[in-house]
Amino acid sequence: MISITLPLGQRKHVRLSVLQLLLYVVLIAGAIIAMFPFIWMILTSFKSYGEVTAGRFFPRELRWHNYVEAWNAAPFARYFLNSIFIALATIAGDLFTGILAAYAFARMEFPGRNVIFFLFLATLMVPGELTVLPNFLTIRKLGWYNTYEAQIIPFTASVFHIFLLRQFFMGIPRDYWDAALLDGCTHFRFLFSIVVPLSRAAIVTVALLSFIGSWNAFLWPLIVTSSEKMRPIQVGLRSFVVEEATQTQLMMAAATMVIVPIIIFYLFTQRQFTRGIMTTGLKG
Amino acid sequence: MTNTVAGSTSDPLAKPKRRSRPPWRRGEAILGFIYILPATVILGAFHFWPMFYAVYISLHRWRVIKQGYVGLANYEWVLKNPKFWNALKVTVYYVVGTVPVQLTLALILAYILYQPIKGREVFRTIYFLPYITSTIASGAVFAWMFSPQEGPINRFLTKLGLPALRWLLEPRGVFTILGEYLHLPWLKGGPSLALVTIMIFVIWFWVGYDATIFLAGLGSIPYELYEAAKIDGANRWQLFRYITIPLLSPTIFFLSLVAMIGSFKAFNHIFIMTDASSGTVGGPLDTTTTVTILFFKNFYETPTYGKAAAIAFVLFLIILVLSLLQNWLASKRVFYME
Repeated sequence: MISITLPLGQRKHVRLSVLQLLLYVVLIAGAIIAMFPFIWMILTSFKSYGEVTAGRFFPRELRWHNYVEAWNAAPFARYFLNSIFIALATIAGDLFTGILAAYAFARMEFPGRNVIFFLFLATLMVPGELTVLPNFLTIRKLGWYNTYEAQIIPFTASVFHIFLLRQFFMGIPRDYWDAALLDGCTHFRFLFSIVVPLSRAAIVTVALLSFIGSWNAFLWPLIVTSSEKMRPIQVGLRSFVVEEATQTQLMMAAATMVIVPIIIFYLFTQRQFTRGIMTTGLKG
Repeated sequence: MTNTVAGSTSDPLAKPKRRSRPPWRRGEAILGFIYILPATVILGAFHFWPMFYAVYISLHRWRVIKQGYVGLANYEWVLKNPKFWNALKVTVYYVVGTVPVQLTLALILAYILYQPIKGREVFRTIYFLPYITSTIASGAVFAWMFSPQEGPINRFLTKLGLPALRWLLEPRGVFTILGEYLHLPWLKGGPSLALVTIMIFVIWFWVGYDATIFLAGLGSIPYELYEAAKIDGANRWQLFRYITIPLLSPTIFFLSLVAMIGSFKAFNHIFIMTDASSGTVGGPLDTTTTVTILFFKNFYETPTYGKAAAIAFVLFLIILVLSLLQNWLASKRVFYME
């Protein structure tokens, strides 16, 4: 949170109010540009086909029926359930492997610890494009083609998330551990009754990053799925877009169904989310 | 590791040093390995192994299944392929057209938002919205907004008396189009209008994210510096130029690195915008086929895995060299405050 008053606010001239007005004009123009696609999308999702082709900006009436039609035109319920299931399973796996590994790297002494951690970090340099093809072949060899496993297992560990958690765990005073050790506490108990509760903020951030990454995944699920039953929402939306190319209002209804829940989710978790972004500076 | 067991157990209160814990005990060493095992298995299988596997694939003639060893023939194919060089050109256009613009706009917005202005939080939330939406959904919305027939953008242009454009369907260069409109025959080339439409999306998508990071950077600049400079008679521009910019340079460096690497990896929005408008990924006439799209075409559309792996490896090398180059530049130019 920024609460420092900066040079601009210090002086109190008449000139300032003109300048401030100008700043507001810039800010509002920016806000309109940022929101326009969403506004247009929602407005169009309520129009009739005739209104779309006639180019009316506002719909005459709110045609909620478009949503029913879009919902029934493709198995959206299935897509959403798939995405939710995949995201939750990914978060669970990611937190499980991440918390354990981060704790080991932060608090435990074992031979080769630093070398292994360095090797972990080195994989951050490798772009996903290089691994996508071999991973695809691996998945086929494992017999996971067109399954949930293919969409979950590869994402149940993230070096970046381990790194984040480790940084946070290392900030927990060592004295806590020394005190716990005196009381005969095991690593396992210390981790789950002291470290995890103290690191709630970091864990929530990692879970959010994991969720967004999983929810927005597209290329990978596109190539490892072949049936509608297994497809997550992004891949489903894409095939809907391509198949229903002329019914703009239905496509907009579908896009609204995908975008609006995320926006609501974001508004509720905003604080956690921006803090996560600001401290980590990276997505997914 | 030369610790004594004495410190930590016998007299904890008199123990000031960090390293007074015993070195690893057997039990803890084994436990440590157990704790990192799940992550190691997943990362090993899906991050380490594929690096080597990718190189192996690229050395083979490999359609859906492996055929013969061909040495560096796939790399030769990549480097002699005009499509690859075209894709590289498109990628460079894309980077040059998006990164500086989005960073400049973001810096301006962040600097305004950093002033004591009412409704700051509201504006910040709004600017951040594009970034959280999936690129598939918002990319599709953009494709329809720029639709030549029904799109609101063309309607707006014609209302202003400007010509309607073909946007995502237009393979001609923006300067060619501009030259025709202004009757300047020497003005030619540039990225295709289709690619520029994608760039508009990219800038829209990233500005809020960049501004958020800039805000974090601005927040870390000590207020006293501004005070001191003002006492010395610095005006507002001088404050910005000689305090804000240098102290923000690590953030600028970080963001430009992220943006540049991200540009080389860009895929989803190019895929959906070209697919939804013309039905050809990377179209029209390959003018939006970046290196990543070219990789995808050789992998998914026509399964020539050996060639695709070679493209991916060349892409990896380009990203690596650019990151090192940028790091080297940063070590000379970026000002880190202690």
